[in-house]
Amino acid sequence: MSTHQPPMQQAPAAAPGGPYPGYTSPIPVVRTHLGHALASEWTKIKSVRSTLWTLGVFVLLVVGIGLMAGALVESNSDSETLSGENPLSFGFFGLLLGSICIITLGVLTTASEYGTGMIRTTMTACPSRARVLAAKSIVFFAVAFVFTLATSGFVAMVQASMLESTGARTPTGGDWLKATVGISLYMALLGLLSLLIGSVIRHSAGAITIMIGVLLAPLVLALFMATESLAKLREWLFEYSIPNQLSVFYANSLSESGPSGWDPLWIMLGLTAVVYAGAYALLQSRDV
Amino acid sequence: MIELEGLTKRFGEKVAVDHLTFSVRPGIVTGFLGPNGAGKSTTMRMILGLDRPTAGDVRIDGTHYDRLKDPLTYLGALLDAKAVHGGRSAYNHLLCLAQSNGIPASRVAQVLETVGLTAVARKKAKGFSLGMGQRLGIAGALLGDPRILMFDEPVNGLDPEGIHWIRNLMKSLAAQGRTVFVSSHLMSEMALTADHLVVIGQGRLLADTSMADFIRANSRSYVRIRCPQRERLRDVLHQAGITVVEAGGGALEVEGGKAEQIGELAARYGLVLHELSPQQASLEEAFMQLTAEAVEYHAQAGPEPAPRDWGAGWKEA
Repeated sequence: MSTHQPPMQQAPAAAPGGPYPGYTSPIPVVRTHLGHALASEWTKIKSVRSTLWTLGVFVLLVVGIGLMAGALVESNSDSETLSGENPLSFGFFGLLLGSICIITLGVLTTASEYGTGMIRTTMTACPSRARVLAAKSIVFFAVAFVFTLATSGFVAMVQASMLESTGARTPTGGDWLKATVGISLYMALLGLLSLLIGSVIRHSAGAITIMIGVLLAPLVLALFMATESLAKLREWLFEYSIPNQLSVFYANSLSESGPSGWDPLWIMLGLTAVVYAGAYALLQSRDV
Repeated sequence: MIELEGLTKRFGEKVAVDHLTFSVRPGIVTGFLGPNGAGKSTTMRMILGLDRPTAGDVRIDGTHYDRLKDPLTYLGALLDAKAVHGGRSAYNHLLCLAQSNGIPASRVAQVLETVGLTAVARKKAKGFSLGMGQRLGIAGALLGDPRILMFDEPVNGLDPEGIHWIRNLMKSLAAQGRTVFVSSHLMSEMALTADHLVVIGQGRLLADTSMADFIRANSRSYVRIRCPQRERLRDVLHQAGITVVEAGGGALEVEGGKAEQIGELAARYGLVLHELSPQQASLEEAFMQLTAEAVEYHAQAGPEPAPRDWGAGWKEA
């Protein structure tokens, strides 16, 4: 800490034209755009330990539980057990737990900046709040999508070959697409929703708690609603709970009615879009 | 050039910044002075568009901060040293800032060198001392080689060598034709660096003057006297129409430059003087007088209970 010379070497600059004279830097002036913000957010997300932890645990959970479930089913079945079933559906358990990691990383992407005060630096460097939110969303969505796609794709391939001898049907192209790209889009949207909640709540622990509540509460509430009068609500909570929506991608929904096919993706897309609009409006109106 | 016009910020009932109007000109160091909670940081946040003004306007060379196309190469700011993610290394912190404004990555190493953090560039910011954090914040402000620089309490936590360095840094930045706006609650610090002075208290503008004018107007002169026959001297001075005040430690003080007159009076009445010295009040005292009415958090002199709204406004500090 001993190099204390003046910071820049130029001689005092001649005042440039225009009504506001002053110093002119030799550094080329660049009109900033979304690309710059994306590069910055990419550096940010890969340069903190929490990303490594959450994604590391995510990969462990999805691959570990997926393969364990596959192995367990395979060793306990004969050639008829799974007749006609979709062999990819055992990826569900790993992803259900893995969603907690994606939620945590999503929340941390925004809320940790409020916790550390970094957000003031971020917003000073990029005063367009819309651009900051967009850059964070795009970078996070891409990371979450790629990681889920890679892990769920790997698990699906291993399971499909593992369970060939159990009478399970050969997955169709549609099965494959839903169990890999479909579920990955859904998980990335769930993470993006968490990122937006983090931006609204501005508190990591608070936002993570809320998102885990969103993940689990409908299912747990439904368990308690055993009375006849609440049967409709109970069924609705079951069907539209996030775990059930996840299972729809494997065509093994807990019930026969409710969302089916690609419905969960459209539901999550709509929900995320609404929350995005709300988070953006709040970000614009609130002080940093 | 930073121009504030009737800038006002309310947090609920509390007025943090109250119709501030002044400009910060290029080529000089402008000191922004006020006691804790005067609204300095809030004003700086509004300049950067972080806080939305309740009323009034602030422009950077005629433009709102959030309309600047190249914010970091136009204005560099050190807001507070804690505005850093502790888990990120100094290098990565500056790199993500550089990327967000298309500043070449080579500048990161340059500014780290300038602030003397090269050796700890790969260390996480949370392990930094207050002084190192301050240097990292200054590095961030210098990153874009901007024409306007804003520092909020930059000497906080720096050692004497660091304080000396930042003083010279600010002067050399201003000498290059840049606008330098620096806040402090220490008059003595500003007296050494600032050419121009803006003083606020409870959000209101108290002074907007050149440093030289401020010194001329506010350096009170008085005479300090010590005398073994104090009561006798008091009577003598009283009869001569001179007001005396107790100054503690057995000394007396008389306003104005009346040393000769007092000496002659003492001689005439045969009084022994142990001290008769003309004094200049420090700028610190002048500053405290100026802001006395506007200080928000007085230390309690006696064991009185804290006022009921104690700490109600600390967030605005």
